[in-house]
Amino acid sequence: MSRTTSGRVLVLAGGLSPERDVSIRSGRRVADALRTTGSDVELRDVDAALLPSLAAERPACVVPLLHGAAGEDGAVRDVLAALGLPFVGSDPTACRRAFDKPVASGLVAAAGVAVPASVALPHSTFRELGAIAVLDAVVARLGLPLMVKPTRGGSSLGATVVRSASELPAAMVASFAYGDTALIEHFVPGTEVAVSVVEGADGPRALPVVEVVADGGFYDYGARYTAGATEFFTPARLPDDVLATCATTAVTVHRTLGLRDWSRSDLVVDAAGTPWFLEVNVAPGMTETSTYPQAVLAAGLDLGELTAELVRRAISRG
Amino acid sequence: MEPTQQPGAGTRLDPWVDAYAARTRGLTASQVRALFAVASRPEVVSLAGGMPFVSALPLDAMADTVARLIRDRGAVALQYGSGQGDVRLREQILEVMAPVGVTAHPDDIVVTAGSQMALDLVVRVFCDPGDVVLVEAPTYVTALGVFSSYQCEVVHVPMDDEGLRPDALREAIDAARAAGKRVKLVYTIPSFHNPAGVCQGPARRAEVLEVVRSAGLLLLEDDPYGLLGFDGSVPRAIRADESEGVVYLGTFSKTIAAGLRVGWAVAPHGVREKLVLANETATLCPSNLTQLTISEYLATQPWFDQVKVFREVYRERRDALLESLAGLMPEGTRWTVPAGGFYSWVTLPDGLDAAAMLPRAVAALVAYVPGTGFFADGQGRQSLRLSYCYPEPERIREGVRRLAGVIETELEIVETFGSPTAVAEREGPSAPSPDLA
Repeated sequence: MSRTTSGRVLVLAGGLSPERDVSIRSGRRVADALRTTGSDVELRDVDAALLPSLAAERPACVVPLLHGAAGEDGAVRDVLAALGLPFVGSDPTACRRAFDKPVASGLVAAAGVAVPASVALPHSTFRELGAIAVLDAVVARLGLPLMVKPTRGGSSLGATVVRSASELPAAMVASFAYGDTALIEHFVPGTEVAVSVVEGADGPRALPVVEVVADGGFYDYGARYTAGATEFFTPARLPDDVLATCATTAVTVHRTLGLRDWSRSDLVVDAAGTPWFLEVNVAPGMTETSTYPQAVLAAGLDLGELTAELVRRAISRG
Repeated sequence: MEPTQQPGAGTRLDPWVDAYAARTRGLTASQVRALFAVASRPEVVSLAGGMPFVSALPLDAMADTVARLIRDRGAVALQYGSGQGDVRLREQILEVMAPVGVTAHPDDIVVTAGSQMALDLVVRVFCDPGDVVLVEAPTYVTALGVFSSYQCEVVHVPMDDEGLRPDALREAIDAARAAGKRVKLVYTIPSFHNPAGVCQGPARRAEVLEVVRSAGLLLLEDDPYGLLGFDGSVPRAIRADESEGVVYLGTFSKTIAAGLRVGWAVAPHGVREKLVLANETATLCPSNLTQLTISEYLATQPWFDQVKVFREVYRERRDALLESLAGLMPEGTRWTVPAGGFYSWVTLPDGLDAAAMLPRAVAALVAYVPGTGFFADGQGRQSLRLSYCYPEPERIREGVRRLAGVIETELEIVETFGSPTAVAEREGPSAPSPDLA
């Protein structure tokens, strides 16, 4: 039976990141889902009028669905915390840990999760030491193929799979267009999966593992947000013990980084059945083609009910 | 509908994924389009879109016009109309075209939902899949969308400072025919070109017409900006000197209001008959309400004086853009100097890729359209289009200042990594939606 949340819920979506459009679609989806539970929901963008509005109207709870910087690096949540407003999702410190991919990988690796060998390098390093020398050293250490992506940000924006050394400079340029530091990591071939985690009274638990098979082989922006461009399998076509390991891995990531309420870990499972951690999202995409809502559905849950429960938890913790 | 999934079976989240027509190829999400979503925010100086500055219109007069129309002629304005368009408006369109020298009979005109619809209808009527359409290099991005949707092969013809090069046009026609291809149309924007910002002079127009005539081809002349020359002169349309071999496209989007979506085609008799029937198939009829609104406005307002107001607004903004470019752009950057219209075409210093640079630009709160969007064949990486029609002059200056900084940073990146072959992006729209400033 549906239980409504008490007071107005403010869903924040949009912002100025390159994932603005994705965020708006996520926000609309969640706002609509919450409304089906009878919740009083407002959906709004982040702009100069937000703070005065928050201070004056003091929503009962905020659901930040901002993707990319400011949304996932903890900045907006810092403001919400400063205003004493309850919000769904991880606290600002945990967001900062999760949003910076090298930091997250380091912490997750220390917890025993397999992470691809990688190096994070700012543009200044290449300028000072010479691009060719640095890239040669990187290839010598990590081998090929490689994945190059900005250390911060999502939706595969600025990310490139590099299969030969000659492709590396272009991939670096593409990554630096989205941020000053690039993460170059060994590309682990295997089955791509997304594992959503949701917290309840019993702690965090993984939802069914979603396998992602993108046309063309790379789950890039077009594959993520064009309906039909990617095939999803829920649960993933993996042995039960591997599925269980994926679930455990995602919960470990969630706990290790101190995440709260919800998260989504992107993993790749190699031929031996080992899940490798790629990245984690503290504001998982909720669009029509996102994996989180698919996992919710596969678990026999309702996105509105699930979110409403998280809203109630956020309100109760104040 | 919620996706349903059998155990072990996959879902593509779109039950119709295998049913789409081949012509939908390319209708996908794209990174560039995602960045334009950010450009819609007020913090961003958008030099990307092509929205006319309709705030310069006498909005009170427009409101009175619409109110009077509904009150006095609502039963007509709110009813279906003719597939060819309102006859009184077609007569008035003749007056509107007088400055560009086009003479015709009202029956030669087909009113459409913007000239975009007229363009669509002409291609629909003439082109089978695989037919060749010759276009300028670069050309209007949404014309490329139409050609693509009818599965035409687009061949770009080089331009120079005076627009389409007749010698190159002749060569392209000969080459296509020698390859056994069927050439159907030559599409040109002779006046204040979008996106190139150049204008064909009278001699150039005559040469282009001669090439098209001698090749026995139909010329599709798109003229949205002809009345917007900044020195007050109005280029003579090619259609003014050739009535049988030219289909002329006109619009009220730049001279009155884009939101009314009223444009037209002037076509030879046989073509026009087909366009009318195709128009009925596509839309039944153009909107009576917006046609009659335009008609009333033309009849009761000093519409040409308003065009002069628009010219002055856009001239001031063009000047702000050009002054800023001259003062701020890094060495090696070049741009066209438009004598009218909305756009300047900028060529970046060697090694830079405008599409790859766009994320950095949007992060710096300035937006443009990468040049690749104006080509069907991947050209244009070193170029971009700047639009000055919508932002105020001060915002244009600020936008150019930001863009200059972005280019400087990008030059450093390219200096570090060389000029690598750009990472190919999956196909997808690389131009903004019509409602982006």
